[in-house]
Amino acid sequence: MSTITPQQVKHIANLANIPVTEGEVTDLADAFEETLDVVANLQSVDTSKVEPTHQVTGLENVLREDVVDEAHMFTQAEALANAKETHEGFIVVPIIIDQE
Amino acid sequence: MTDSTPKTKYELVCGMEVHAELKTKSKMFCGCKNDPFGAEKPNIYTCPTCLGMPGGLPVANKTAIEWTIKLGLALGCKINLFSKFDRKNYFYPDLPKAYQISQYDIPFCYEGVVETSEGPVRITRIHLEEDTGKLQHKTVDGKKVSLIDYNRSSVPLIEIVTEPDIKSAKQAKEYGKALRQVMRYLDIADCDMEQGGMRLEANISIRPEGQEELPDYKVEVKNINSFRFVEQAIAYEMERHDELLEAGETPAQETRGWNPNKSETFSQRTKEDTEDYRYFPDPDLPPIRFTQKRIDELAAEIPELPKAKAARWEKEFGIESKYAEQLTAERPYAEWLETVFAIAEKPNAVANAIVNKKVTVSEGEDPTAVAKKVADLSKTDDVDTSELVAAITKIKEANADAVEKYQNGDTKVVGFFIGQVMRVLGKKVDPNVLRTTLMKELKK
Ligand SMILES: [Zn+2]
Repeated sequence: MSTITPQQVKHIANLANIPVTEGEVTDLADAFEETLDVVANLQSVDTSKVEPTHQVTGLENVLREDVVDEAHMFTQAEALANAKETHEGFIVVPIIIDQE
Repeated sequence: MTDSTPKTKYELVCGMEVHAELKTKSKMFCGCKNDPFGAEKPNIYTCPTCLGMPGGLPVANKTAIEWTIKLGLALGCKINLFSKFDRKNYFYPDLPKAYQISQYDIPFCYEGVVETSEGPVRITRIHLEEDTGKLQHKTVDGKKVSLIDYNRSSVPLIEIVTEPDIKSAKQAKEYGKALRQVMRYLDIADCDMEQGGMRLEANISIRPEGQEELPDYKVEVKNINSFRFVEQAIAYEMERHDELLEAGETPAQETRGWNPNKSETFSQRTKEDTEDYRYFPDPDLPPIRFTQKRIDELAAEIPELPKAKAARWEKEFGIESKYAEQLTAERPYAEWLETVFAIAEKPNAVANAIVNKKVTVSEGEDPTAVAKKVADLSKTDDVDTSELVAAITKIKEANADAVEKYQNGDTKVVGFFIGQVMRVLGKKVDPNVLRTTLMKELKK
């Protein structure tokens, strides 16, 4: 069986943008281990003759014409309604890149 | 300013990734207006889908897909009749869904080519995706913040990826310009560089001349918004790598930006430890299947491209290729100019006059008027001999030293006298008559 390292847990937490404490890292490593054990069951199924399935609806070419649909567009006030902080019509977030 | 042809015994190995926003009326996966540069205010062209709200359901814009395929066909690409969209996952505030809808393993187009004066640049693939929102970094009320505008969120964006065939900084610029020209000819993208409607990225490394295998490192310079800057950034990187390699070091594999004020590249912190986008097929978007018949129809809609136009102009109108290359740059202008060629007595004289700015013309001007302007250039005024001789005599008197020079065998002064005669007469004299008369008078 594979062994999940704390580094792998931190990497995955980072990708998911979820902060984790050192204690949680240990717990999650065990939990991941269990999940992987369950998923490992799938490996015993022979899929060599199975086409990869991306979609189960059988639909293809569900496309739209290039037309502006004003009716579904938000006003600026609606677009900003759920933002914690706004400034002159922009949504404000803590600085992302601190340019020198 | 960085010299664009640095001295190095290494040669450049460079591939490019170019992003361009398509000029469809609506966005890629929703019906919001696609006009981020024309918007008067931020966040006025949004909806639940392009803001990534729960329940928002993307539906792909058919025109954007067909335009991508047209570009592929124009660049000689093969087309995947079956294709799909995938999710590229990462967290960034300009990406409200926390994934970008893109294409991973089955792009619409693959294996094309762009010809340049320094050889072909092979196109690896062209895929279609959605643009992100636009971030600005500012200080508001004494606090450093990032401001987000989602007008650009989910605008159709094509990415054109090349093989590492680019051998010089100049060729990179030429490639970018050629690509922009084709997109403008197809009328699918404005490619406004300053606004960010077309963005360039160069993957740069160098290897000793003669080495066949690819270098074991590569530096990405991202988000370059002018052809001049891409040329400068590549030249700068070549010199930087040269110095490192000469000192026995390998340049770090990293992403860098271009600082136009300092004319240098700078290291950018990466947003994630490793690029781990966990692509998977987007379950919201059913796959797309084209018939060869539809691809053939799209191919038939492609207008004549600049190179083909230039070749035809040479054959039909006798336009020299050095003029045709410049005059075919923009399609509407070229199409108008052709209406002038069609009625002009000497079309190549029209091309010559326009390229050398001997006449001022504007697109859409009456072709007959343009042809007349050019014809007038070679028309001369009637000047009788006595008037001409009088003018020459006057000039001779005022320039006795130049006359003496001529009489002592310095024929270079003839040009000076011709200019003076034209100025004094204020008329256009037949150049042969002028020359003969002038020589005769100067000998006296
Ligand atoms: Zn929208």
